[in-house]
Amino acid sequence: MIITKNLQKAFGDHQVLCGIDQHIEKGEKVVVIGPSGSGKSTFLRCLNLLEEPTGGEVIFEGVNITDPSCDINKLRQQMGMVFQQFNLFPHKTVKQNITLAPIKLKGISQQEADELSKRLLDRIGLPEKANAYPGQLSGGQQQRVAIARALAMNPKVMLFDEPTSALDPEMVGEVLELMKELAEDGMTMVVVTHEMGFAKEVATRVLFIDEGIVKEENRPMEFFENPKNDRLRDFLSKVLH
Amino acid sequence: MEWLNTLYESFYNALVPEQRYLAYLSGLKMTLLIAFFAVLLGVIIGMVVAVLKVGGRNSKNPLLRFLAKVGTFYTTVIRGTPVIVQVLIIYNLIFTSPDTNKIIVGTVCFGINSGAYVAEIIRAGIESVPRGQMEAGRSLGFHYIQTMRYIILPQAVKNILPALGNEFIVMVKETSVISVIAVNDLTKMAQYVGSRTWDIIPPMVIAAVIYLIITLILTKVMGIFERRLSQGDHH
Repeated sequence: MIITKNLQKAFGDHQVLCGIDQHIEKGEKVVVIGPSGSGKSTFLRCLNLLEEPTGGEVIFEGVNITDPSCDINKLRQQMGMVFQQFNLFPHKTVKQNITLAPIKLKGISQQEADELSKRLLDRIGLPEKANAYPGQLSGGQQQRVAIARALAMNPKVMLFDEPTSALDPEMVGEVLELMKELAEDGMTMVVVTHEMGFAKEVATRVLFIDEGIVKEENRPMEFFENPKNDRLRDFLSKVLH
Repeated sequence: MEWLNTLYESFYNALVPEQRYLAYLSGLKMTLLIAFFAVLLGVIIGMVVAVLKVGGRNSKNPLLRFLAKVGTFYTTVIRGTPVIVQVLIIYNLIFTSPDTNKIIVGTVCFGINSGAYVAEIIRAGIESVPRGQMEAGRSLGFHYIQTMRYIILPQAVKNILPALGNEFIVMVKETSVISVIAVNDLTKMAQYVGSRTWDIIPPMVIAAVIYLIITLILTKVMGIFERRLSQGDHH
């Protein structure tokens, strides 16, 4: 579904990604871990071109999206993204946050939008919050709405950029729970996270990115039980207590 | 008591005979109309220039990058030169026919001037919206202009409107400069009255009082408006 070929990204002289080759298949749940500044978020943001790669290619469903002639806006509609800071639209209600893109970009009717928002709000367990503003919700609720907003475009893949890092500890669970349900429904997911428990439980594959390259990748069992790379061993010993 | 009588008489002369108070009123009307339409034109110019400057700077499109430079050039020149010089240049450059509508003359002169200031107001407003909002919009598939329109600008407006109101108040005062090209605004009408009565100070004081009253009223209205805006804040 997503293929990266020798993906590189530099900010000025600073090379953040030094060539990443990945095949992400339909239905896979790829969890990306690594120390801060390792390039894992940059890797994720290159997948939908929020960061412009400075080298290599990203191919989404057979289309080279790094080619300037491709319509990236059309392709982004099929790639949902969830941010660390939620980035909900504060001037719009929860319902409007969810339905803005489908109404404006897919041209669905107000009635269809109402049904869509109701269905998604039921799914994330916040049916009573349709007319609330993001500022009136807790962090966990906001992130769940952000997930619903991304799902509203019916994407083929969901990208999660440290979705629980900005949350108070007691709210992490509700967001991870929702992501697990999403995974069980068969959604293709790429998740950058520090939640090792989530990686173990949900991932079909775990990547360890460090110094701009994938230093190790494996199924979660072997990845955590039997890490081969020294840096990974060191990293895991620090994050797993 | 003698001088009080003289004072009264000179102000009476500046206001009442030949229905001179009507002159101030028509001048005030001209001033307000020009200020209003100038800010309106300024908002249109300013919006385009601001979006070009914010969006064009890092664009891959060379045309957009060029237009962003043109925008920067425009704001630099306008903000770096006196408005009276701008008015004289624009007036003599475009409005060569003597019977052009004075409101249009004033609107164009001050609209071009105001556009540069409004562009900076709007640019600051846009840049006050967190970067993540643009990213969230783009990640849903909106293109740049759509994200601006549906997501960034509605949020920027809250920061822009108070400054824009201020710009209108400034414009009400600034338009007095237009009297140099014989537009009958409040200042010019006061000058006319002065030339009729051979006594320039009373009509000028009257004009000053009118300007002051108008700006005080507008400031008050802006204050009420601003409170309304912040009430709608959900943070």
